[in-house]
Amino acid sequence: MLDRRLLMNFDWTLLATVVFISVFGVINIYSSTLLQTGHLKPLYLKQIYWLILGMGLMFLILYFDYRTFVRYAYPFFLFCLFLLILVMFFGRTTSGSQRWLQLGFISFQPSELAKIGLILALTRFFTEDDNPHGYGLKNLLVPFLILGFPVFLVFKQPDLGTVVLLILIYASILAFIGLRLRTWITLGVGCAALAPVLWLFLKDYQKTRLLTFLNPDLDPLKTGYHIIQSKIAVGSGTFFGKGFLKGTQSQLHFLPEQHTDFIFSVVAEEWGFMGSFFLLFLLLLLISRGLKIAQTSKDRAGAILAIGVSAMLFWQSFVNLGMVVGIVPVVGVPLPLLSYGGTSAITTWMGIGILMNISMRRFMLSR
Amino acid sequence: MRLKLDKNSASETKPAFVYANIVIIVAFSLIFARLWHLQIIKGDYFKDLSENNRIRIQEIAAPRGIIYDREGIPLVDSFPSFDVSLFPQDVPDMPALIPALSRAVSLNPERLQAKIEAAQGFSPARPLKIKTDITREDLAMVETRRLDLPGVMVDMVIRRNYSYENLAAHLIGYLGEISPEELEQEEFINHKIGHFVGKYGIEQNFETDLMGENGGRQIEVNALGRKMRVLGNLEPNPGNNLFLTLDLELQKAAEGAMAGKKGALVAMDPQNGDILAMASKPDFDPNLFARGISPENWKKITGNPSSPLQNRATQGQYPPASVYKIVTAIAGLEEKIITPETTFHCPGAFPFGNRDYLCWKKEGHGRVNLRRAIIESCDVYFYNLGLRLGVDRIAKYAFGLGLGKATGFPLGHEKPGLVPTSAWKMKRFRIPWQAGENLSVAIGQGFNLTTPLQVASALSAVANGGRLYRPRVVQSVKAPHGETLKEFPPVEGKILHVSPETLEVIRESLWGVVNSPGGTGGRARIDGFNVAGKTGTAQVVQRREGRGELNLPEHQDHAWFACFAPAYHPRITVVVLIEHGGHGGAAAAPVAKKVLEKYYLRQKDKHPSPLQVAFKPIDDRPEGR
Repeated sequence: MLDRRLLMNFDWTLLATVVFISVFGVINIYSSTLLQTGHLKPLYLKQIYWLILGMGLMFLILYFDYRTFVRYAYPFFLFCLFLLILVMFFGRTTSGSQRWLQLGFISFQPSELAKIGLILALTRFFTEDDNPHGYGLKNLLVPFLILGFPVFLVFKQPDLGTVVLLILIYASILAFIGLRLRTWITLGVGCAALAPVLWLFLKDYQKTRLLTFLNPDLDPLKTGYHIIQSKIAVGSGTFFGKGFLKGTQSQLHFLPEQHTDFIFSVVAEEWGFMGSFFLLFLLLLLISRGLKIAQTSKDRAGAILAIGVSAMLFWQSFVNLGMVVGIVPVVGVPLPLLSYGGTSAITTWMGIGILMNISMRRFMLSR
Repeated sequence: MRLKLDKNSASETKPAFVYANIVIIVAFSLIFARLWHLQIIKGDYFKDLSENNRIRIQEIAAPRGIIYDREGIPLVDSFPSFDVSLFPQDVPDMPALIPALSRAVSLNPERLQAKIEAAQGFSPARPLKIKTDITREDLAMVETRRLDLPGVMVDMVIRRNYSYENLAAHLIGYLGEISPEELEQEEFINHKIGHFVGKYGIEQNFETDLMGENGGRQIEVNALGRKMRVLGNLEPNPGNNLFLTLDLELQKAAEGAMAGKKGALVAMDPQNGDILAMASKPDFDPNLFARGISPENWKKITGNPSSPLQNRATQGQYPPASVYKIVTAIAGLEEKIITPETTFHCPGAFPFGNRDYLCWKKEGHGRVNLRRAIIESCDVYFYNLGLRLGVDRIAKYAFGLGLGKATGFPLGHEKPGLVPTSAWKMKRFRIPWQAGENLSVAIGQGFNLTTPLQVASALSAVANGGRLYRPRVVQSVKAPHGETLKEFPPVEGKILHVSPETLEVIRESLWGVVNSPGGTGGRARIDGFNVAGKTGTAQVVQRREGRGELNLPEHQDHAWFACFAPAYHPRITVVVLIEHGGHGGAAAAPVAKKVLEKYYLRQKDKHPSPLQVAFKPIDDRPEGR
């Protein structure tokens, strides 16, 4: 099925960018977990295995036409919901939230996969339901349900970061397919009205985390401390950085979760403004490449799909980086390809596979 | 399902792409601007901060809630104590510090050295505990030599104080360091390694009420580790206070009466199920656990073959022995097998099948009616009754009195006891019920098992006219400023389906056990306080004809005494079990009497006219005993 024309259209720049970011991520995970003991296997090695697995999955995805995925979007989406329900009952609980499914010796976070499930399901819906005059509220009932189920299940875990991401991905796709101005206004007012209700459902520690962003003195010992230490780490990197393995903040473990959500503070501290700039450039390149693929896609399905994946990569990067540098509240979102985490790595590579898939088939006629 | 493909609309540049690019550029510019601000403009400031990261976190522990008795007397409280800790990062010259510090806190320098080495690799923002609960002298030493001890800090912590030591230790429980499993649970989300949480008893079951919320302080220190300024402060919230149903004076009397014995005592208010006193021996001192129990002490407690951590009142299961005759008697009267006047002849043994079932009194009781049989605890009378009733009809009334299942005691880990039935035996052993077993069951031997608490709650129901209450230990949870947060009113369970006439006969007989000549419980008699009760002597080893008395201590019988007073309008139920104590009347009744006396004397003090109910002594002993 992979004929010569497909290989000719293979997006080498995209692959190179992604591989580069991943390798950079492994280097930083190595640095941030150097002094950590108690893991059977060093975490950077585990991350390498995950990345290789993700890359394999990406090639597998290339093998099929992306329209096949769109065709099976709903069953896949239901499968994701099923996994999320499974987590509710059998999930492993760590520090108060139930997010992990234990499959033998590996653990798996279905909420990550749900992002891809959501993107595929929305693509399927909006491909079939083309409305050139802009969508009204009535047209959005089904997509709203498609968003509502995973958001509810993830909110129950609770995983506020993923809830925020799912909603941002959803909003980006809506923005792309085009809503009537009136619909936007209604949605905006609706969200504003709903926010206080949602606030009631937040756990106390989540509320504290959000409020601490506005006023770090509220929780000076945990989130507040976190924000301050993260800022010190980033700022102390100055222009050239302290050098690989030389970050005092990270090596002395001032920062909790420095190999997962706060990996960028290690990058900024050890590689300085230069390194951060370079990393941000790569991420920007990745996201704009995704947008370009959406733009050049020959069909609506490809365009929506590529927009969805790009939106996922963009919002995840922005929320995470913003969190580390202290301009976004700490909600707990991993930095794609850099933060340590198996499911996140695999999900991102799946997204990349989908982007490449669309890019490769942009000149092909439909069967 | 067909997908609409080949739409060209996507290939032309939609304004959406322009907007998307703008959003992305703006977002990344924000991050860049922020990075520029942090790394370039304020970079030197942060670099300086990071090179000698001067931010320290000091925890301010929340005082745990106070536990009060029913009169509002504190049983458990907390008081401040002082810990010495060290920030190794702030020590310029560790080899010089160690001898100075070891002198100041009277700690062996080698041990100190080992402690510091063991802590390497931990977060430097968190202090390393050097010594907990230092003496006032050490505190003064450290404070006066502050300048010679860079990096050393003194923290005030709150220490749990069990003022009455072993008193009600099994009810109150103890604290222990939080386990990794507990750390994963949501209720402990604010806890960290090293925190102490309730591990047993009320301390464990009411952990969330008692724990409060720790506060803390984020401070900036100078190069010598001295506090420069406080960056953030979070006041702790003290835990909530508990009010128990326990009566300190009565509990003291119970502990005193049980001292040196092995067993349990339960004192209950029969009118509502309140536990007034509960003692289990041997016991332990919860103070030993308050700041982490030493391995030696832990070994001493867990290695003790008498398991001092077990609450024998709720977890010890013993054959109820003759105390169970109350159940058999109720069953006999209610099932109309006998009337109170029905008599049986007791020659000292009851031949059945191919063996003789003995009465405890070898020479026999002669011809006795029900009252006499209870008063003198005649076994043969109840063999006759048991044979006529059968196990299942006895079980019906035993279940009715709440035996054979947990009473619903709020602190958990309660044992259910056992009320045998023929169906149970078939299921358990696949052997049909034997007629001879009816005899053993009727006198509370055989398969029967009860906890002292079950007996107390069943007897209370008999005493109060048939209301079975769930035992209550905690009355209410109150906030530190006094507002009532939770209340646990008495819970009335089942009403016994037993006629008032039957209960009347039983109560009369139980009064006779203590107050009538020849009664087995005479040693619990208190003039003016009409005590009614039943003795029990549970065989640990089956005594058969021809086998001599066994004299090893572990072969001695368990002694029971279960009583309430006054016989009419009872105010208190007391159940005593002494493991291997011998005869119930001799070993357990005097123990119960001490607690009853305490109650009675106090009651007399409180009310100028003593609580005396006229009660006509009965003497219905038939001739020829």
